[in-house]
Amino acid sequence: MVTVFGISLPALMGQLLIGLINGSFYAMLSLGLAVIFGMLRVINFAHGAQYMLGAFFAWFLLRYAGIGFWPALVLAPLGVALVGVVIEKVLLSRIYNLDHLYGLLLTFGLALVIEGLFRHWYGTSGQPYSIPSTFQGAFNLGFMILPKYRAFVIVASVVVCLATWLLIEKTKFGAYLRAATENPTLVQAFGVNVPRLLTLTYAIGAGLAGLAGVLAAPVYQVSPLMGQNIVIIVFAVVVIGGMGSIMGAVVTGYVLGLVEGLTKVFYPEASSTVIFVIMVLVLLVRPAGLFGKE
Amino acid sequence: MATKAASPNVADVTAGHKTSSRTIALMIIGLALILVAPFLIYPVFVMKVLCFALFAAAFNLLLGYVGLLSFGHAAFFGGAAYITAHAIKQWGYPPELAILLGTGFAAVMGVVFGYVAIKRQGIYFAMITMALAQMFYFFCLQAPFTGGEDGIQGVPRGKLFGFIDLSNSLNMYYFVAAVFIIGFLFIWRVVHSPFGSILKAIRENEQRAISLGYRVSRYKLGAFVISASLAGLAGSVKAIVFQLASLTDVGFQMSGEVVLMTLLGGIGTLMGPVVGAVLVVSLENYLATSSLPVPVVIGSIFVICVLLFRRGIVGEFNAWMDRKRG
Amino acid sequence: MTEPLLQVKGLQAWYGESHVLHGVDLQVHRGETVTLLGRNGAGKTTTLKSIMGVLRKRQGEIRLNGKDLMGLPLHHIAYAGLGFVPEERGIFSGLSVHENLMLPPKVADGGFTLDEIYHLFPNLAERRNSQGTKLSGGEQQMLAIARILRTGANILLLDEPTEGLAPVIVQRIGDVIRALKAKGMTILLVEQNFRFARKVADRFYVMEDGHMIDTFRADELEGRMDSLNETLGL
Repeated sequence: MVTVFGISLPALMGQLLIGLINGSFYAMLSLGLAVIFGMLRVINFAHGAQYMLGAFFAWFLLRYAGIGFWPALVLAPLGVALVGVVIEKVLLSRIYNLDHLYGLLLTFGLALVIEGLFRHWYGTSGQPYSIPSTFQGAFNLGFMILPKYRAFVIVASVVVCLATWLLIEKTKFGAYLRAATENPTLVQAFGVNVPRLLTLTYAIGAGLAGLAGVLAAPVYQVSPLMGQNIVIIVFAVVVIGGMGSIMGAVVTGYVLGLVEGLTKVFYPEASSTVIFVIMVLVLLVRPAGLFGKE
Repeated sequence: MATKAASPNVADVTAGHKTSSRTIALMIIGLALILVAPFLIYPVFVMKVLCFALFAAAFNLLLGYVGLLSFGHAAFFGGAAYITAHAIKQWGYPPELAILLGTGFAAVMGVVFGYVAIKRQGIYFAMITMALAQMFYFFCLQAPFTGGEDGIQGVPRGKLFGFIDLSNSLNMYYFVAAVFIIGFLFIWRVVHSPFGSILKAIRENEQRAISLGYRVSRYKLGAFVISASLAGLAGSVKAIVFQLASLTDVGFQMSGEVVLMTLLGGIGTLMGPVVGAVLVVSLENYLATSSLPVPVVIGSIFVICVLLFRRGIVGEFNAWMDRKRG
Repeated sequence: MTEPLLQVKGLQAWYGESHVLHGVDLQVHRGETVTLLGRNGAGKTTTLKSIMGVLRKRQGEIRLNGKDLMGLPLHHIAYAGLGFVPEERGIFSGLSVHENLMLPPKVADGGFTLDEIYHLFPNLAERRNSQGTKLSGGEQQMLAIARILRTGANILLLDEPTEGLAPVIVQRIGDVIRALKAKGMTILLVEQNFRFARKVADRFYVMEDGHMIDTFRADELEGRMDSLNETLGL
C-alpha cells in the first residue's frame, strides 16, 4: 500500500478531495462577497443566509413541485437573487451614505432574521437532498475513489468563478461595474443608471450564494445552520485574499480548502482553526491580504 | 486626500457630548435604582443585567469612543468566565483572586488579539475580531478543561476575602453592584482623561493625530486592552453569579448581543450600553417563555435600529433634550 | 434673439451647510462657447456641478431647451444632452483606454463615431488597450473629452480642461475645442487660464464669491481688461 507520511494514499486523496470541495464553496462564496463589497462597500453578512436559501429553495422545488436538480440550478439562484433585489431596494439603498459598519450591522440583523425563521420552521437537523441521478456513483481512479457528484461540484465552481470573472472583466456590464466601483457619481453623470447597477450587483452576489447553496444541497445537508457555519470562514478567506481582488478571493478559497483538508489528515484537532491561524499570520506580514490592492 | 474624518463614522452620532448635569442626574438615579433593586426585582435578574451592562459599557468604549467595532468581544467575556470558573472549581481559588485571574487573562488576550486586529480599520477590523473570536470558540470547544458542550458547571460561590459568603444572594448582589459601579466609573474616568481626549482626536482625524506625533496604534491598542479587560471582568463575575461558564459565553451570538445592546442603547453615550443591557436582557427573558424565535426579534431590532434609530435610546433622548434647550 | 439652449436663473447651491452660490444667472446659446471666469473659490466649478446635477443641494431654475432639469436624477440629466468633463478628469484605472472611451452610453444621435474620435485624437488610438490611468495628463484630458463626444451630448460642460498641462498640450486642446465649435457644439467652459479662454470663447461670465458680477462678449474684451485684471488678479 502506498503511504504518504504514514497515511494511505486513498485516505490522503480522500481528505484532499473533501478539502477541494470545501474550497470550491469557499471560492464561490467569497466571490459573491467580494463582488458585493467591491461595488457597494457592504460586508454582506446575509451571504450565509442567502447560501442557505439557495439550498432550501432547491429542496422546496423538489419536495413541493417535483422540480429536480437541473431546473433548480437555475430557478433557486434566481429566487435568491430576487430576494436580494428586495433587500437592496428596501433596506440597503438607504444606508449607502453612512459609515460602512452599518452595512455590516444591517446584514447581520437580516441574517439573524432569515436564519431564525428557518430554524423556527425546520429545526436544526438537516433535510436530505439526493444526488441527481446523472452523478450517482463514482470513478475509480486507482489511487482514489472520486464520487461523480463531487467532481461535478469542483468543475461547476470553476466554471461559475470563471464566468463571473469574464462578466466583470470582459463585458460592457462589467466595465460599468468596474467604473462605478471607482467613481459612481461620474458614471451616473454619463447617463448610466447607477442605482439600478447597485441593485443588480447585490442581486448577482446573492444569486451566486444561492447557486452555491444548490450545489451544496446534495453534499452537506439542507439545514438552517449551514450558512452560519460557513460564513465566518468565508470572511477569513476574504481577509486573507484581500477584499479588493476578486480573483484573489477565488484562488484563496480553493487553496485554503486544500490546506484545511491537509490539516485534517495530519493534525485533525487544528483543522477547524487553521484558516484563522493563517489569517492572523497573513495580517502580521501583509495586512492588505495576499492579493490585496490597498 | 480623504482623511478618516471625511467619511461618516459610527461614533459620530453622539460625538462631542460632554458629561452634562443631565448625565450625572441619570447616574445618580441609576445608582439609587441599583441600591434598591434587589428588594424589588429578582436579584439574579438584576445581577445578570449588571454584568451585561458592564460588558456592553466596555464594548462601547471601543466602538463609541475609538470608532472600532469589535465583533468578537465574547472571547474576552467568555474566556475570563472559563478561567474564573476553572480557578474556583479546580484550583480552589477564592473569588477575588479568580476574578483577578480571569480579568488578567482577558487583558492578555486583548493584547494579542488587539495587536493583530488593529492593523486594519473599519469593517476589516470587525471581520478580523470576528474570526479571531471564532478561532477561540473552536479552541474552547475542543480544549479538555472547558468541559466542551457542558461547560464548567456547579462553580461554588465561595467566600469573598475569606469571610463574605457569596452564596447569600444579597451579598452576591452588592458585590456585583460594586464591581459594576467601579467598572463604570473607571470607564467614565478613561473617557474624560487626557488619554480619552487623544482617543477622541484619533477618532475624529487620525491623520492629524499622526502628524502631531501620537503613536496612534499604541493608543488604539491601549483602548482595546482596557475594553477587553473590563469585558473579562464582567465575564468573571458572571461565572460566579451563575456558577457556570459555557460555550455560549464565547459564542458568536454573545458577541452580536453586546453590539445590539450598545446600538439600541446609544453608541458613544455613557448610559447607552446600560440602558441597552437592561432592555435586551429583559427582552430575552420575556422571549424565552414566548413562542417567538429570539434571533428573529433580535435581528429585526438590529435592522430597525440601523435604519431608523442609529442614535439609540439615550442618543435620541439627548438629541431631544438638546432641541428643547433650543 | 433665439431662445438660449441652456438657461440658468437664480441658482443657489450648498456644500453641506455652506451656502456657496447666491443666485447665479447665465445663458448659453446654441453653438456658443461661453467661459466662466473668476478666482479660486469664486464658485465656477460649483456652478458647473450644480447645472450637471452632480451637486444635488441646489435651488433655482435650470432649463435645457426649455426643459427643467432641477428635479431630475443625475442620469436623466445626462440623457437630456449634458456632457460633463470634471476637473479631475475621472479616467477609470480599472478600464482600458478603449473601455473608458466606450463607457458613456449614447444619449442622442449625432455623436462622433469611433473613427472620427480616433482621427481627432490619434494618440488615443495608439494607446487604446493601455490602462486608462497610464496615460499622461494631457492624454487623459483628451480621453475625458473624447468619451463625451461619442455620446451625442449637445452641450459640453468642461471644468478647467487645461489645468496642469504643458503649453503644447494646451494648444492641442484649443485646436480640439475649435474643431468642436466648427461642428456646432455648444460649450460651457470653466477656465483659470485666461490666455487660453480668450482664444476660444464667444462670451464671458465673471464670478466672485458665488455671485455673477459681470458678463460681456468677446469683442468687448479689450475694454474690460483693466477691471478684469483687478478682479482676477492677473
